Amino acid sequence: MVDSKQQWKAWLYLSPAIVLLLVFTVWPIINTVRMAFLDNYSGLQAAGGETFSFGIENFTRVVKARRFIDCLRNTMLLCVLTVPISTMLALLIAVTLNSIKPLQKTLQTIFFLPYVTNSIAIGMVFAAMFNIVGSFYGTDRQLVTTAGIINNVINFFSTTFTGKEAMVNWINIGSAYRENIIVMTVYIVWNALPFKILILLGGLQSINKQYYDAARVDGTSRTRVFWRITVPLLSPMLAYVIITGFIGGFKEYTSIVGIFGENMGPANDRDRLNTMVGYIYDALENNNQGRASAAALILFGIILVVTLLNLYVSKKRVHY
Amino acid sequence: MKVVLEHVTKRFPNRDKKVKTEVTAVNDISFEIPDGKLIGLLGPSGCGKSTTLYMICGLQKLTEGRIFFGDEDVTELSPENRGVGLVFQNYALYPHMTVKQNIMFPLENLKGADKLTKDEMLERTLKVAKLVQIDELLERKPSELSGGQQQRVAIARALVKMPRVLLLDEPLSNLDARLRLQTREEIRRIQRETNITTVFVTHDQEEAMSISDQIVVMKLGVVQQMGVPQMVYNDPANLFVAKFLGTPPVNVFRGLIKGQALYIGNEKICDTPGVSDRGVYVGIRPEGFIFNPNGVLTCDFKNVEVMGGAISIVTGHADSESPIIRATVMDEVRIPEGTPSVKFDIKPNKLYVFDKETEERIYF
Ligand SMILES: Nc1ncnc2c1ncn2[C@@H]1O[C@H](COP(=O)(O)OP(=O)(O)O)[C@@H](O)[C@H]1O
Ligand SMILES: [Mg+2]
Repeated sequence: MVDSKQQWKAWLYLSPAIVLLLVFTVWPIINTVRMAFLDNYSGLQAAGGETFSFGIENFTRVVKARRFIDCLRNTMLLCVLTVPISTMLALLIAVTLNSIKPLQKTLQTIFFLPYVTNSIAIGMVFAAMFNIVGSFYGTDRQLVTTAGIINNVINFFSTTFTGKEAMVNWINIGSAYRENIIVMTVYIVWNALPFKILILLGGLQSINKQYYDAARVDGTSRTRVFWRITVPLLSPMLAYVIITGFIGGFKEYTSIVGIFGENMGPANDRDRLNTMVGYIYDALENNNQGRASAAALILFGIILVVTLLNLYVSKKRVHY
Repeated sequence: MKVVLEHVTKRFPNRDKKVKTEVTAVNDISFEIPDGKLIGLLGPSGCGKSTTLYMICGLQKLTEGRIFFGDEDVTELSPENRGVGLVFQNYALYPHMTVKQNIMFPLENLKGADKLTKDEMLERTLKVAKLVQIDELLERKPSELSGGQQQRVAIARALVKMPRVLLLDEPLSNLDARLRLQTREEIRRIQRETNITTVFVTHDQEEAMSISDQIVVMKLGVVQQMGVPQMVYNDPANLFVAKFLGTPPVNVFRGLIKGQALYIGNEKICDTPGVSDRGVYVGIRPEGFIFNPNGVLTCDFKNVEVMGGAISIVTGHADSESPIIRATVMDEVRIPEGTPSVKFDIKPNKLYVFDKETEERIYF
């Protein structure tokens, strides 16, 4: 323990950090809770001198709002789709990467690239790839009109094998919800892979090689080695990756903007793919801080419950 | 199961990728392990013991040579088809499985005709757990066991498949001194009870000498000598073996053969009929000195050490390789302090002469 006479020094050194935390973290949290429980709180009206009564109307309104339910459904759906897919893919890629010797470092770098690339920029590229109409400057600087590369590939296979042209409207005007979700899933999974691969590869490389030698002496098949040795020994990393994956998934927002822009949906159906965080931003823009705060607290509650659930499951499944 | 190594060589590509030259870990070794015996593979760190063991196991491929189990050539067989059990230096127990699951794991891998029912597996697990005396601990995780208990689990896991050959890589090096003694007796007992041909790797000569039926002494990937421990100790083939075996170690002197007699300094130690003149090393075991005021070798007296029943006369000599010469004598001796020198006679069977160039033993 620090000498009590010395303690004021410790506080002194900590004070800059404490002040910043108080101003930018602790106070906003308290204020969020306060605003959430002041009925129909609006910052603008509060500045005009209006007072608000204490109550839970923000919550009841948010929960009843059709838009909020849609946002909740979109968020949950994307979470449930992307977290398992990206985790399994990352595990597969990490295991494969770990087992090859030549080019391992190079491939590792390639797989890590998306992590250091701006996700809005990636989103725009994905949007271009999934586009149904697009254009580029060909030779002689002529504007050539074509579909995105995905549709071109689909079209190529369709025309060669069935003789019919085929295009899928993934994200443009008139596209269907299912297609939108597919695009979002592909994009989010792709975006989430590098971090997960990095963590899992690190985990794999820290597993003692002698476990594998021991398994070889005992004639363990490859699949059994994977399920009985690799996965259990990797379970702490897997749990970490899944929990952070869900937390990140519930905060999904930028990826939708990346593909659909601020419309949060195809041009004919604004906000079709809006998420919880998107809902909060919209409420803030409309000077509806009370409702935004309520939605933020609901989001917090959901993340808390899901994380506790994850931790509960991993207590039983994670070894050590 | 008799195990035969014939001209076995293992070369590794250099760990430093920039260096093109290969590392020869094991260099043309041949020896035969008799059926049902416990063999100690002994040598300093890095001499290729583990590599040899892994080649017998099948985890490492041979660069040259052949390995036979009985009459069967197993050189190209993978580990699981050789019927070997391996105990790793740090046990390599699966940390997420209980003791029972660890021991049962090899059995669950068995395929085809060898496949066992759940009950048979359990029965064999219990039997082997009883053998190594861990049947109380079956539901524990490895992290809840002491080092010695983990060691037993590792041995049980290696034994449960009833291997033809049991291989142990420095199995005692992670245990503290007392446990080491206990466990090595335990390994000896288990080996006797199961009668499985066993290879035991260690760098500790005392360990190897105390439990092996035969020892194989290695140096730089080459077998120096093989035989019953006491025989190798009493009759070392070269200076390295003489120095490596025995505590306290052999005393080494620079000597000279002149006119068919051995000299240390100016003193004639003994006759060496038929040996031509040359420089030599002379090894004398500590128990080879006989305290005698009229002895043939004069040493500078330092002090007397009494340790338990043994008495060491500590001396020095100008031609000694080490600053201290230790002579253990049985009888009570009284040498007053300040005595400048003492004289010894040398027991002929505890004195070895080695060529100065080749360091090979010179017999006479
Ligand atoms: N995989 C490997 N690659 C390169 N060199 C190796 C490899 N394994 C062992 N060696 C070398 O072979 C020699 C013998 O090693 P090892 O059999 O482990 O010795 P010991 O078990 O007697 O200590 C050492 O010089 C070691 O550096
Ligand atoms: Mg070794």
